[in-house]
Amino acid sequence: MASKGIKDRVAIVGMGCTSFGEHWNKSADDLLVEAAYEAYKSAGVDPNDVDAYWLGTVGNLSGLTLSGPLKIPYKPVTRVENFCATGSEALRQACYAVASGAYDMVMAIGVEKLKDSGYSGLVISDPPNDGTLGSMTAPASFSLLAPAYFKKYGLDSDKGKDVLSRIAWKNHRNGAKNTKAQFQKEVPLEVIKNSPKVADPLGIMDCSGVSDGSAAAIVVRAEDAHKYCKNPIYIKALSFVAGPGEGHLSPDYDFTTFPEVVASAKDAYAQAGVTDPREQISMAEVHDCFTPTELVLYEDLGFSKRGTAWQDVLEGFFDLEGKLPVNPDGGLKSFGHPIGASGLRMMYEMWLQLRGEAGPRQINEPKLGLTHNLGGAPGRCVSFVSVVGRNLG
Amino acid sequence: MAGIVSYGSYVPYRRLKRAAIAQVLGVPATKGERSVASFDEDSASMAVEAVREALRNAHGGAVGALFFGTTTPPYAEKLNAAIIAAAASLPSEIRAADLTGSVRAGLAALMQAADAVGSGTSLAVAAMADCRLGAPEGKAEQANGDAAVAFVVGSDNVIAEIEASASFTREFLDSWRAPGERFPHSWEERFALTQAYSPLLGRAIQTVLERAKVAPSDLAKVVIDTPNPRAIDEVARRMKLEPAKIADSLALTVGQTGTPHAGLMLANLLPAAKPGDRILVVSVADGADAMVLRVTPAAASYKPARSVGGMIESKGDVSYGNYLKWREILPTEPPRRPDPERPAGPPMFRAERWKFGFVGTRCKACGTPQLPPQRVCVKCKAFDQMEPYSFADRTGRVATFTLDRLAYSLNPPTVNVVIDFDGGGRFLCEMTDCEPDKVAIGDQVEMTFRRLFTADGVHNYFWKARPKR
Repeated sequence: MASKGIKDRVAIVGMGCTSFGEHWNKSADDLLVEAAYEAYKSAGVDPNDVDAYWLGTVGNLSGLTLSGPLKIPYKPVTRVENFCATGSEALRQACYAVASGAYDMVMAIGVEKLKDSGYSGLVISDPPNDGTLGSMTAPASFSLLAPAYFKKYGLDSDKGKDVLSRIAWKNHRNGAKNTKAQFQKEVPLEVIKNSPKVADPLGIMDCSGVSDGSAAAIVVRAEDAHKYCKNPIYIKALSFVAGPGEGHLSPDYDFTTFPEVVASAKDAYAQAGVTDPREQISMAEVHDCFTPTELVLYEDLGFSKRGTAWQDVLEGFFDLEGKLPVNPDGGLKSFGHPIGASGLRMMYEMWLQLRGEAGPRQINEPKLGLTHNLGGAPGRCVSFVSVVGRNLG
Repeated sequence: MAGIVSYGSYVPYRRLKRAAIAQVLGVPATKGERSVASFDEDSASMAVEAVREALRNAHGGAVGALFFGTTTPPYAEKLNAAIIAAAASLPSEIRAADLTGSVRAGLAALMQAADAVGSGTSLAVAAMADCRLGAPEGKAEQANGDAAVAFVVGSDNVIAEIEASASFTREFLDSWRAPGERFPHSWEERFALTQAYSPLLGRAIQTVLERAKVAPSDLAKVVIDTPNPRAIDEVARRMKLEPAKIADSLALTVGQTGTPHAGLMLANLLPAAKPGDRILVVSVADGADAMVLRVTPAAASYKPARSVGGMIESKGDVSYGNYLKWREILPTEPPRRPDPERPAGPPMFRAERWKFGFVGTRCKACGTPQLPPQRVCVKCKAFDQMEPYSFADRTGRVATFTLDRLAYSLNPPTVNVVIDFDGGGRFLCEMTDCEPDKVAIGDQVEMTFRRLFTADGVHNYFWKARPKR
């Protein structure tokens, strides 16, 4: 039992990504139109060339959310949602549709318009229920990782806080080089470390922001890719898993890992033929919703051995100039997290980096990139891992 | 003869120093402190604590009746006793009623329970609780306290027999509150004291002692529960009672708790009572109820896990500001978060044993306890091999935790804990009655039934963890 994957069978030939931030003067329709038309232009195709669409968004319930503003003439538009991995899920479905031969060219697009709600942080409502589900906020859910990780690996709270702050500092440092980011400023370590507490030990600067944004990708069969662009990027692996929620039921789970991420990474590496991710992966965009998430992800994705990611962090291993740059675009930390858009925004950075178009953030000759998107909370989540590459084979 | 088989008491964790009220309002301070139900407690949830404790020590038959006395019922229409019965996992074949309208409803509940036993019910539970408000600057705000107590009444294994009882009812105006009003009004004190309380106490005591064929000098202890403490001195003088026989009114440590007060004073002295002791209990308000109890030899071996004294010792302060917020006397800026949604009727109905009783499941194939109830085992994946398994009385340890400052709460930060139960099972929930900066991995916790929030008039009850008291 294993997923077989579609290595090198499909390629991305065009992408678009709006700037992420507080778009007070733009609606979700505006953002979708901008990301879609940027993608059409990037691939050099006419809107009529696209045969089918996958729309990732949490706020709206149907494909009409996309077909209306784009005036898509009587074509399939599928709206998908899978928690915070929604954008990646749209891409995965779109890629499989092309690989199946059902369509020649498709678009995956994601959008979220969070700043119109007036609420602090993300708000996702539950269906009618018995009132026992609890109401933990996202930062609280993820902060459960921190004391557990610190205790297991012998970090006192001050040292632990240094490690978490270093992750946020690194992501903001990368975001400062990105004109599409919500926050384009470096933030001093001391400011991060002493930011007001949101969910102890997490301060406000350990949390990703709340923003609006949209991103889109055009996908074709690999053998057709050069009809549209000189340097497409090839899908090496797409893995998606939903966990059984054991972490909330069984004391075996210790809140220092996401078993869902371990499973999806293992699957993705098998599909892509990656045997040593720390050496083979050139760069990664990971789901840094909160700083302890990124810390644990380094180990779950096989970038660091168990219990050593904090040392890699302090040594700069994941910095833009490090051995394995993580979140070179600034991550959720610099972009905020418009849910449906985030997974495709991560892929947009891979698109730029693999094609040598990342400007001041450009990593030297990257070959393989990884994106990781996560939805839910420690103990009960969904995880997506993709591997993409510059070359076939 | 019907009598008390077991009892349980509950004094909430928080205390408000009376001087702290005086300091803010600039009014004269009275001595001591009062108990304060937490922001997530009400009369029903406190009664659940007392009833669970009482039931732990009750043996000898099925519970067939539950009477809940309170002047502060969470629901004006909807049976509050049903919430308590569900949370205490009592059987559904049970006579249940709320008794309200007067703080005398406490002893009335106990008498109803005794009558039910007298007419053939094996065990009957009398629960009583109050969470009364007093308007700021008033005497009641300082003098009142919040608490609950419960007695299981039966005819076997009795620790205190009810030898006689007497009840009087009079119509007079002393304390009143109309529907929709939050604070009670009261008439000038001397009127009720001289014309109602003193005469009623005298008649009730004389009558019940005659019925029990007991002289005042035969009494080991006297519990006098009255809205006006001056009435106690007058009764003591008239009956020529030694001060040592007068039960502690708990005025300095807990406050006047209303409906449960007579029961709470009784529960407080029972652990030290000796077989053969006679105890007079009398409660006056809108009339008077009195009973004479005789402590039996069985009391000598009765060991309650929790005592009123222990509950009084286990405490933490609340500021007057927080008290005003908790009781929603002081309105606060609403959070920039959506209002909580009311829980839905059908899912609550389906989940009654889980939501109210905290009953999960255990896999019959591999023995793994798990909660909430599951159909497929988390461990061995066996399908539909589950049996009910209660976590309500299980203790556990904190596996990890967080302090959520973003979540809306009347008492921020919200402390969330992952608990691993002794004997198996994990649960993620809120922790209450704790000092957030002292929470640590490995802390021992126990479960408590609380009101999480109220939305559209629906009280959402569920369980939280708290440090073991």
